[in-house]
Amino acid sequence: MESIGVLMTCPPNFPYLVEELEKRFTLYKLQNAPDKTHFINSHKNSIRAVVGNAGFGADAELIEQLPKLEIVSSFSVGLDKVDLPKCKEKRIRVTNTPDVLTNDVADLAIGLMLAVLRRLCESDRYVRSGKWKKGDYKLTTKFTGKSVGIIGLGRIGMAIATRAEAFSCPISYYARTEKPDVKYRYYPSVIELAANCQILVVACALTEETHHIVNREVMNALGPKGVLINIGRGPHVDEPELVSALLEGRLGGAGLDVFEDEPNVPEPLFGLENVVLLPHVGSGTVETRKAMADLVVGNLEAHFLKKPLLTPVV
Amino acid sequence: MAAKQNQENLPVVLVYRRPQFNLPHRNRLSRHFILLDPADSQEPTSSFLSTYAQSVRALLCVGYSTITSETLSLLPSLELIVACSAGVDHIDLQECHRRGIAITNASVAFAEDVADLAVGLLIDVLRKISGADRFVRGGLWPVMGDYPLGSKLGGKRVGIVGFGSIGSEVAKRLVAFGCSIAYNSRRRKPSVPFPYHANVRGLAADSDILILCCALTEETHHMINEGVMTSLGKEGVIINVGRGSLIDEKELVQFLVQGKIGGAGLDVFENEPDVPKELFSLDNVVLSPHRAVFTPESLEALIDLTSANLKAFFSNKPLKSLVEIEL
Repeated sequence: MESIGVLMTCPPNFPYLVEELEKRFTLYKLQNAPDKTHFINSHKNSIRAVVGNAGFGADAELIEQLPKLEIVSSFSVGLDKVDLPKCKEKRIRVTNTPDVLTNDVADLAIGLMLAVLRRLCESDRYVRSGKWKKGDYKLTTKFTGKSVGIIGLGRIGMAIATRAEAFSCPISYYARTEKPDVKYRYYPSVIELAANCQILVVACALTEETHHIVNREVMNALGPKGVLINIGRGPHVDEPELVSALLEGRLGGAGLDVFEDEPNVPEPLFGLENVVLLPHVGSGTVETRKAMADLVVGNLEAHFLKKPLLTPVV
Repeated sequence: MAAKQNQENLPVVLVYRRPQFNLPHRNRLSRHFILLDPADSQEPTSSFLSTYAQSVRALLCVGYSTITSETLSLLPSLELIVACSAGVDHIDLQECHRRGIAITNASVAFAEDVADLAVGLLIDVLRKISGADRFVRGGLWPVMGDYPLGSKLGGKRVGIVGFGSIGSEVAKRLVAFGCSIAYNSRRRKPSVPFPYHANVRGLAADSDILILCCALTEETHHMINEGVMTSLGKEGVIINVGRGSLIDEKELVQFLVQGKIGGAGLDVFENEPDVPKELFSLDNVVLSPHRAVFTPESLEALIDLTSANLKAFFSNKPLKSLVEIEL
């Protein structure tokens, strides 16, 4: 299969994935190319697959430039950077990495809740700066028993709910439709959910409908004691509104793993002690990234060996 | 509802505190008890106690004010000490045992908050939350690209040292994350559904993570030593929400600095508020200024519990959180 060209549209930062792809295919690393357009043009006739991630996928323009493209295999579960209708139209297969990262993302969501409510990062800074010698750190807020509202009750949303239940948190959720077998309380709108919970977590897919699903009204409903946790995608939240809600105290706090324009994070957030800012590490463990890479490679192999795909979306 | 209470009929409670520790529930307690507080008086404590506290039967110990045998010798009628902390290592337990003085602690009021902090510290260490937050705030994400990968929590083997109210709350939470649980305590507990290890070193050898939730006693002092840390291994993580001296701190620092252990989340230290400064430059360590219990909710629960213990004592009912002293 060495003659099969695979275009990696994301930065080639994970050695294991790069090595496994290079063992099997001819790997073209788009981010290393000084002239990307020229690079694509030179290799377009050998490129039969694209590997992308949460930040870099395959938009309509790229798909049009690759006449031999048969499959897009994303190193992520979210596919907002892949033009799915275009792929459907051109009968290009699309795969992602569900399930293997569910637990890590859910763990991080709870970690962010604890870090914000109990001020873990801020009190770590307090100790490191020597301030503890001068006086005790203040009271923080209890996490156990706080009500948690989940936007999107898919795999990740359910995993977050299971964990939060172990902390006696009452769970409620918003989804496009109510789920019949679920024991948690359903709210038919995000704003009602926000008004009725203390911690609101975004765990749904990013689509046109869910763009800015957390807007100014939702943040006001969540309120000065409410905390927003985003482990979905940056564009789920109206980021400038989020910054002003936090600066003005209309929102109590935020734990954010994703941003509208990664790796850029609004600097006014850097000085706030009621926020925790992470560089998109939801699935960032050695174990899970390896499992994700195995899925990416496994899907490509299955496709080119004409076997059923492991985790197809299109 | 009740008839107006005559001050003289209310039982007397001695409040024992260092002046910098405030009594948050003075007003509530004053409705039911006469509070005798040496810190309010100009007299030195020992003469205050000799003069006013001879018939005092109950003492409310605020913060970690030490209660020595000398202090106890000034209180011949004392039958009960109500501690406002989870740990009672600041009280002369041997002398209390000899005199038949009962001790109640506050673990039950704090257990959920301490467990929350233990889990929070663990996720922080494994997933590098504080380190990554520093990275972003330092403006390094656009410059340096991806942050180093962390380690998955699910499937890890957690060894809980001390399976009292705090240890059991920790276990309940971590089970939901897919961790397997084993424990060590003074004795096997038949009602606990997890494997028991008779010694900490054996527990460490079978664990990826150790969480310290036990009391500090002569026996448990420096129980986490070089041998235990070696058994835990290079990838091992220690979370301490008990007392600093459960760990040989000098050894721990060496192990961390030399990479002989994977990481640590510490709420307590041997000599608070001093923290070994070698830890400040380590990204696999998360430091907390002994705040495990301090949420407004747990302080409310503390007030409820200490009041309930005092009321039970004075009405000859069973105490709510009697500590079993083992000498």
